[in-house]
Amino acid sequence: MKLPIYLDNQATTPMDERVLAAMLPWFREKFGNAASRNHSFGWEAEKAVEAARAQIAELIHAEPKEIVFTSGATESDNLAIKGVAEMYREKGRHVITATTEHKAVLDTCKRLEQDGCEVTYLAVDRHGMVSAEAVEKAIRPDTVLVTLMAANNEIGTLHPIEAIGRTCKAKGVLFHTDATQGVGKIPVDVEKMGIDLLSLSAHKIYGPKGVGALYVRRRNPRVRLAPILDGGGHERGMRSGTLNVPGIVGLGMACELCGQELEPETKRLTKLREKLWKKISSELDEVYLNGHPTQRLPGNLNVSFAYVEGEGLMMGMSELAVSSGSACTSASLEPSYVLRAIGVGDDLAHTSIRFGIGRFTTEEEIDFAGERVVAAVKRLRDMSPLYEMAKEGVALKDVRWTPTAGH
Amino acid sequence: MAYSDKVLDHYSHPRNVGSLDKNDPGVGTGVVGAPECGDVMRLQIKVNERGVIEDARFKTFGCGSAIASSSLATEWVKGRTVDEALKIRNTDIVQELALPPVKVHCSVLAEDAIRAALADYQKKKADHAVAPAPAEQR
Repeated sequence: MKLPIYLDNQATTPMDERVLAAMLPWFREKFGNAASRNHSFGWEAEKAVEAARAQIAELIHAEPKEIVFTSGATESDNLAIKGVAEMYREKGRHVITATTEHKAVLDTCKRLEQDGCEVTYLAVDRHGMVSAEAVEKAIRPDTVLVTLMAANNEIGTLHPIEAIGRTCKAKGVLFHTDATQGVGKIPVDVEKMGIDLLSLSAHKIYGPKGVGALYVRRRNPRVRLAPILDGGGHERGMRSGTLNVPGIVGLGMACELCGQELEPETKRLTKLREKLWKKISSELDEVYLNGHPTQRLPGNLNVSFAYVEGEGLMMGMSELAVSSGSACTSASLEPSYVLRAIGVGDDLAHTSIRFGIGRFTTEEEIDFAGERVVAAVKRLRDMSPLYEMAKEGVALKDVRWTPTAGH
Repeated sequence: MAYSDKVLDHYSHPRNVGSLDKNDPGVGTGVVGAPECGDVMRLQIKVNERGVIEDARFKTFGCGSAIASSSLATEWVKGRTVDEALKIRNTDIVQELALPPVKVHCSVLAEDAIRAALADYQKKKADHAVAPAPAEQR
């Protein structure tokens, strides 16, 4: 077993060697521009791009023509949301999203607000879920778009996408889903789920960084988008710019592999996640699972370890690469807004750790991680004044604390 | 973020972790910070008859830099008089531990903890001097 152990697969994933092998020829030997229509260099590049389009489409049950290549999910989210808002501005200027979305969606929505759109930010329940009923209630005559993620990047919660899609269809509102974390990890079917636009990214599914795609429905209804980038009119005019052929080939292969391995991988990851959670919850008191107990990404475990600060904890288990919802890990000094949205207090948000289990995580690594986590939490609790106070029966909520300046 | 060797050393081998009897008149206890802010330090000092801090203990909820800052603070106050301990500045801690700007607040908290512990001790001493009998006349 090699140390450190990578358990941050919601941040990014290592590239699968099969993906790399598929990409390699497209850097040097086959370097053509897919838009070159009059020689073989261009033709072979175009062929490779079209093959990748088909691989991606198959994974999400779409048509190849409905796939638009981008630089990643952030761009896809921007293109979907801004593109719809701009194209349908005569129809209405209201967009619905939720408070736990990724910043690529939330900040894009904020931009729309500056441009005069109205945005409804739906609250989530204590597991981080939005119901189809809540979406239905929020839809108004001037609503043009509902954008809700398939799976949350921090707490792994899955929204009831199919029910929400059905609601949107019934109301004649376009439905975009940021499925960056969901594609390749959970079954996604744009037809069955009534999805009109879908963002995905290669580097979350064992592909390369810097490439992603946006699914744009062509029938029932045909979705139109105002482009963000002006230029050569690539990708049916929706996304100008020379195609990143090696990246696209990699994304295609990554999707194909995910599709092949989805079922056994889901079982394996769920088992590893449950094993880690069982170890933690059976050997430590006052640990809390964040997110939904079952409706969550197979490879996501998010836990608050009361009375132990997240960054301090990560330092105590430096053989594990994980991430924390604590403020200390970011420049913002604000704890996770996602945890806040599900009602986790700032005190507990500071103690949260996200374990992201992936394709290359082994059971041996999970066993090792479990031991390290339990040992580190115990050691830090012995040093924690809060743990001592809690054990003495002091109600920490009633203590008058003295926050320092800057906090 | 990479930690300095000194932060790592204090984090891995914290000095003076633990508790002193907070009801001992010679013990001063300072608790600063807040759980919602991600750091709480409790620093305790035990002052002898000669006014010298002979022992110190801490417990900290916080990041590695917060733990290191409080560990260092207990080392530094030991052997000093109350007045000398009051002269410890957060900037000294920043320098000693090579804390980056984003971690300066950990040193501020440690300085606050020292001051709070000293203030608690001095308050106890004053209360104690008044309570049992009038102080001796000069």
